Amino acid sequence: MSSPEPLHRALGLTDSELESIREVLGREPNSLELALYGVMWSEHCSYKSSRIHLRRLPTEAAHVLVGPGENAGVIDAGDGIAVAIRIESHNHPSAIEPYQGAATGVGGILRDVFTMGARPLAVMDPLFFGELNDARQRWLVEGVVSGISGYGNSVGVPTIGGELTFDDCYASNPLVNVLCCGALPTERLVLGVASGVGNLAVLLGSSTGRDGIGGVSVLASAGFDGADGAESLDDAKRPSVQVGDPYEEKRLIEACLALLDEKLVVGIQDLGGAGIVCATSETAARGGVGMDVDVTAIPLREAGMAPFEIMTSESQERMLAIITPENWDAVAQLCEKWEVRASIVGHVVEPTIDENGRKVAMLRVRHGFDGEVLAEVPASSLADEAPLYERPMARPASLDATVADDPSDDEPIGSPNDDLLDLLLDPAWVYRQYDSQLFLNTVVGPGRDAALLRLAGPGLPYSERGIALSTDSNPRWCALDPRAGTALTVAESVANLACVGATAKAVVNCLNFGNPEHPEVMWQLSESIDGMTEACVGLGLPVIGGNVSLYNESGGLDIDPTPVVGLLGVIDSLVAPPPGWAWHEGDDIVLVGTRHANSPYRFPLGGTRWATRRGRRGGHVPHFDAETLAAAIDFVVGEIAAICAGNPSDVTAVHDVGGGGLAVALAEIVAVSGLGADVVELESHAELFAEFPGRFVMGTNDVDAFMARADLAGVPVARLGVVGGRDLRIGSMVNVGVDDVTSRRRGALGESLAALG
Amino acid sequence: MARIGVVVFPGSNCEYDAAAAVTRLGDQAEFIWHTRTDLEGIDGIILPGGFAHGDYLRPGALARFSPVMGAVERFAADGGPVLGICNGFQVLVEAGMLPGALQKNRGLTFLCQPTTVVVTSTNSVLTRAATIGQELVVPINHFSGSYTCDDDTHDALVRNGQIVLRYKENPNGSRDDIAGVANEAGNVVGLMPHPERAMSVLLGSADGMVLFEGFLGVKAAPFVLAH
Repeated sequence: MSSPEPLHRALGLTDSELESIREVLGREPNSLELALYGVMWSEHCSYKSSRIHLRRLPTEAAHVLVGPGENAGVIDAGDGIAVAIRIESHNHPSAIEPYQGAATGVGGILRDVFTMGARPLAVMDPLFFGELNDARQRWLVEGVVSGISGYGNSVGVPTIGGELTFDDCYASNPLVNVLCCGALPTERLVLGVASGVGNLAVLLGSSTGRDGIGGVSVLASAGFDGADGAESLDDAKRPSVQVGDPYEEKRLIEACLALLDEKLVVGIQDLGGAGIVCATSETAARGGVGMDVDVTAIPLREAGMAPFEIMTSESQERMLAIITPENWDAVAQLCEKWEVRASIVGHVVEPTIDENGRKVAMLRVRHGFDGEVLAEVPASSLADEAPLYERPMARPASLDATVADDPSDDEPIGSPNDDLLDLLLDPAWVYRQYDSQLFLNTVVGPGRDAALLRLAGPGLPYSERGIALSTDSNPRWCALDPRAGTALTVAESVANLACVGATAKAVVNCLNFGNPEHPEVMWQLSESIDGMTEACVGLGLPVIGGNVSLYNESGGLDIDPTPVVGLLGVIDSLVAPPPGWAWHEGDDIVLVGTRHANSPYRFPLGGTRWATRRGRRGGHVPHFDAETLAAAIDFVVGEIAAICAGNPSDVTAVHDVGGGGLAVALAEIVAVSGLGADVVELESHAELFAEFPGRFVMGTNDVDAFMARADLAGVPVARLGVVGGRDLRIGSMVNVGVDDVTSRRRGALGESLAALG
Repeated sequence: MARIGVVVFPGSNCEYDAAAAVTRLGDQAEFIWHTRTDLEGIDGIILPGGFAHGDYLRPGALARFSPVMGAVERFAADGGPVLGICNGFQVLVEAGMLPGALQKNRGLTFLCQPTTVVVTSTNSVLTRAATIGQELVVPINHFSGSYTCDDDTHDALVRNGQIVLRYKENPNGSRDDIAGVANEAGNVVGLMPHPERAMSVLLGSADGMVLFEGFLGVKAAPFVLAH
């Protein structure tokens, strides 16, 4: 038998991290203290590999009320309304237990948002799975979708969009990202700060059990190293997955918002990853005060739990409120109405004075408030002072050869008709399972370029404004060129918002990458952050929050770099719906934006869905060109926003040219409108399927007026054809029936899943 | 101005939307917490959608025992108009205030989508302002919305004109395409579609307006019991 592993390593701490802990404490840590550092200094909680890179992102703008580092980013949306937004990953839990993994991902993100005082109003879910060719993928897809549906619908927050990507790099390590957006009267904004010596820390909601112990360290901060993918480790890690209870969460939301309405709390913090230790150390560190926590005061689900289990459990549906002692009776009464358990588990205390006379906010874990001190560590050393790593970076050696192998030079093989039909996929099978309409705000729901909501909700002042949301990613581009790929992903997202008339205001990101101990992965992450910085600076967008998910690997293989962009936009007047994907017989079809890519190729196929379907994963990624993009986007925003404000317009349809290229964009409008189109001969087969952002397919019933406006704005525009008939014809290359387009698109997902038995 | 009570169970989530539909038509909405037993001064009751008490057992199975339900039953027995939407419909059948039961959808998944319903009886507080054969686009949003009942009940529903709305294309496997039913008197109605989500062209449909106009008595004469 091998000698037992030292405790700190079993907890995920390195030898040098143990040394740092000894320095902080000036003594040897006990085992409970080590456990606290183990979770708080995990990659998931501390961002120790990514933080030095994240500092390069632009985070400021006049309308930003709260930037990165808080529970959610917040912008001023106007009319006295603030909008909070946050995105997170729940990848590893979903790989092991897809229903609960996805469900608790939704629950966690909601708490981040109502922690800020905002009522959660919308959820979006970007999902990434392997190709649908085995029963395990079906189990993952159905489990994740039903988990989001089961939790989100019941808790009463509409799921208004997302993304669906299938690629074999996610076969063992699916990605489940969750974005939540909420709104609040601007003056109610609250932060997770403990203040006021003598105040009480009150634990609200569920009791604490053994579920999710070490979720952040065991699960989220290590890869799946089973040689056969995830399966060999599934059973061992399943107990680290939390179990969700949407009914508890619903009552918790209502109780917390009522506590804030009644001004009964001075600070509030959700309990997510790393549980009570995270919530108490973060609130104490932010407030510069000490916190005494009594482990015996915490309601437990089962007997015999050790203090480290109680402190690090990730049991769901819990919040920590800081209140004054005078308000305890009122808090208890309000919680009783909502059937939410409330227990005093901590006291805010004076900071300790160290030997140099400096104040140190101590987190003390005690057995009874007057009992033995089980652990005593500076709160900020847990929350903010994890060691930061500048890990080695290296451009992958094989990348040059991959980039050189560009499919844009390929001769077309087979039939463009079949290629087009093969690329169509209607995600309705997924989003039909989500309540997308609650709160009567959803003007444009899932399955379109971007979601568009009225800016309204219980307790908000009246506003005619709307908000728009989109999530976007393009791992195929990012694998070839993470910098340009990420920049173009931001551009794609801004273009999507333009289709619903909204001006982009703020970015959140969820950076899903492989193992940061692989220099190639760190290079991808760093490049990706630089690309996001370039795009955000170029387009004038602040990044107001994000999440980094590393160790997305299995069997030693990293996923393709998958930065997901969540974009929040605002439209000043929303009294009429945008035209969307519905044109009319006889309309002219126009292409707005540059016809050719800024690339070595006029119509680049590198990283496109068309090429990937053919197993061609190489090629060049187009350059990011902020100026050209911004001109086209501003023009489209102006056209569509005017319609939403109630003005007459000749524009009858608009759709961003995104994944699958021009042919897919045309086919999608054909499928939704039920009307065919006669489109001119294109330059080449590559023009059908090339992907580069900043292009829009639009319909107009007064093409001369439309072209004149585009000319005036200095935006390129080309006539593509006319709406009508029962076929989609694109020159001599494509000729398919409307019914074929519609039925292939509608059936693609459900049939693929059903075929997997 | 009518005073409409919107019952709120812990786990209800469409209460704000139902209240918005009421106030949109100029009436007054008032939330009624599920422990309340006094409905003095209330002119109509709406049981809104959601997941009352979590619905972990069977939709509506626990909510029927909430203290407010006794008061709702007395209110209905006195001829007061009661409308159950989605989860509210499930609560009304569990409480025995409407016949039949609601099972899981045919496809065993949750469904949120627009449907077209056809008005098949105007002998109810919900449909009295509509016309027979009128088609309305109203969304559904449920997992357990497949209406079922035994043959005798079905015969009685047909005979008495208690089937007030049918789906044009059946989304969930409901018997006889039933989307909404009334009690014999017509003052208690339940439906799975959400008319409160169809009150605005901006949001896709305003066809729910005619149903709320009926329920609130805006356009119709005060409802006269059929029996």
